[in-house]
Amino acid sequence: MPNMSLKKNEMPTQAPNVRNKNFYEVALGYTPEQAIDEAKRCLNCKNKPCVSGCPVKVHIPDFIAKVAEGKFDEAYDIISLSSSLPAVCGRVCPQEHQCEGKCVRGIKGESVAIGRLERFVADYHNANCKLWPSDIANNGHRVAVIGSGPAGLTCASDLVRKGYKVTVFEALHTAGGVLVYGIPEFRLPKAIVEMEIKGLKALGVEIETNTVIGKTVSIDELMDEQGYEAVFIGTGAGLPKFMKIPGENLKGVYSANEFLTRINLMKAYLETSDTPIQKAKRVAVVGGGNVAMDAARCAKRLGAEVYIVYRRGMDELPARKEEVEHAEEEGVIFKTLTNPVEILGYHNPNDKKDDLNGTVNGIKCIEMELGEPDASGRRKPIEKPNSEFVLDVDCVIMALGTSPNPLIKDTTEGLETQKWGGIIADENGKTSRKGVFAGGDAVTGAATVILAMGAGKTAAAAIDEYIKSKENSKK
Amino acid sequence: MFEIVKRKELNKTVTLIEVNAPRVAKKAQPGQFIILRTDENGERIPLTVADYDREKGTVTVIFQIVGATTEKLNRLREGDSLSDFVGPLGRATETDGLKKVAVVGGGVGCAIAYPVAKKLHSLGCEVHAIAGFRTKELVILENEFKKASSKFILMSDDGSAGEKGLVTDALEKLIKSGEQYDEVITIGPLPMMKFVCLLTKKYGIKTVASMNPIMIDGTGMCGGCRLSVGGEMKFACVDGPEFDGHLIDFDEAMERSSIYRKFERHKHEEACNLFKKEVE
Repeated sequence: MPNMSLKKNEMPTQAPNVRNKNFYEVALGYTPEQAIDEAKRCLNCKNKPCVSGCPVKVHIPDFIAKVAEGKFDEAYDIISLSSSLPAVCGRVCPQEHQCEGKCVRGIKGESVAIGRLERFVADYHNANCKLWPSDIANNGHRVAVIGSGPAGLTCASDLVRKGYKVTVFEALHTAGGVLVYGIPEFRLPKAIVEMEIKGLKALGVEIETNTVIGKTVSIDELMDEQGYEAVFIGTGAGLPKFMKIPGENLKGVYSANEFLTRINLMKAYLETSDTPIQKAKRVAVVGGGNVAMDAARCAKRLGAEVYIVYRRGMDELPARKEEVEHAEEEGVIFKTLTNPVEILGYHNPNDKKDDLNGTVNGIKCIEMELGEPDASGRRKPIEKPNSEFVLDVDCVIMALGTSPNPLIKDTTEGLETQKWGGIIADENGKTSRKGVFAGGDAVTGAATVILAMGAGKTAAAAIDEYIKSKENSKK
Repeated sequence: MFEIVKRKELNKTVTLIEVNAPRVAKKAQPGQFIILRTDENGERIPLTVADYDREKGTVTVIFQIVGATTEKLNRLREGDSLSDFVGPLGRATETDGLKKVAVVGGGVGCAIAYPVAKKLHSLGCEVHAIAGFRTKELVILENEFKKASSKFILMSDDGSAGEKGLVTDALEKLIKSGEQYDEVITIGPLPMMKFVCLLTKKYGIKTVASMNPIMIDGTGMCGGCRLSVGGEMKFACVDGPEFDGHLIDFDEAMERSSIYRKFERHKHEEACNLFKKEVE
């Protein structure tokens, strides 16, 4: 008999006023009992709309059925067929727009908590599994994967399972890409990312950190000198955007990338870290996406009063719903329908050597209202005349989105890109260069972890096909 | 891990290390930089390439002890290893078509000016090198500069080495004596580069300055190294580190360089105290 409760099983979380002072994970995960109870809410309906909402097509009702039976390992095996990073996806996917958004239980009441169940199954597996050395037969072909974020890791995982010898190149000193430098510990513990990467290494994937493709080694060298038959570019969208308003170079203005990297990758919030971070008192985070929420919640945890400054309204915030709710609960103040026009700084006219010179001491904003829908379908924000005001802050974090890094484009001849820098690739990830594939944010511009994983998966299949057809034509 | 194969103290606060990093050595060019981390809790710091040996697979960097990280770095010995060493990053110095150049270095910046002078010299360009230091004990690379230039002028603030005065004094004297340079390349403390650029602007000589701002990744990701060049926002790590000196907003760059001064002082003291304890 299915569980006909209209509401999801709540997932236990740290209390807002406790967690906004620490970096431990906010959500604590289901117990096995809660997971089984939640799994029983799935009707196992015929059409499986949830699967169509999943970019990597996880067999959702099948794994949930196993959870309902208490067979968690079997549930994990089902998820693994489609997803190589379930513990990550369960935490960071925008389920409300994907699987859960399509769930029939959501028509009357709340959808099945698919994300929470995925997370439970992956965590259960990680806590109880042992890593075995892989017994996959090597097919003798080598593939280079550039970037160890979600697209690269997924592509590497699929290829190594097909028998390819895969090397992943990472520019930073730790593998994981945005999962490590971008998404904070309290939303995605780094131990989980590490566990997923250890799993890939056990399968035979080699990871070379401290290697900047385009600088240390070029794609041509990888293919012509080092024997890689195909390359997958999953370098993401790493370049921060600024607003081009006065004052953006003042001390105390960060790109969200810098602020988050200092905290997440460099662990600047710990006493033991040598990396500094400003201990701000009042912070304005400009933007309304997941990255803005992450930056705001990090700043809160460092002890600041935090404002989200966003030019549209609450309903238009592009962030995941849960992130907005968590930020509000933790005391982040939302200044919506507000747009910055200038960042103000301190200057001591009498002392040129005053260390505070050039430091942020406010952000001038203007109130906005929503007009007609624009090309994106969202209502266009318009300035309200004479509504400027100054928000008293000593730190501003710009979370306005990112664009792809030109390092590879500039050093790879014949690799075509869009005007804004995105690599041009077809629906299978094929680029204008033979044997070179690309996917994820490097192609689409900043998007989500799961879409990048989907692109990595598609490209892995295309690379497999490409190498096999090359092999066949030789015969 | 990246082993330190050679270590030499050039003066009390400046140390040279040669690091085993074959892939970086294979590609490195004068003007480029690397980023290193001493250990797991270490900060990522950029250091400009001072020399490289493609056959041995080593890269030499020269650093001044200014904070906790360089203090830690200075405690490492030959045979010790750095946990991370990545590069070469940034654009190389442009040397095409240069026939006569004045290379102006100040303090530890001379460590970066030297490979540039050496490369230009080896390409047949006439190099006049001016190196400035506060005092005699701080002079580094004097012989190396002599070998890499047709004219070498050593300056010190107190007159204890070479001539007494600033590098700008020496440069202006050369210009006034009728020397005509295609370009001036300057590398050193921000105030020094600012005044070199003001001087050459007066005489209308193209000048390139090498910037070394705070950064994390060195690949364009954090934007921490941004500066204003001709009113436009540039990232030193990918657009530089060398820029047209007449267009750089040096005052802003100087302000930005002090962002973490307090933290640095605190961490430096902490590191020194820790080492003192170990010695006791």
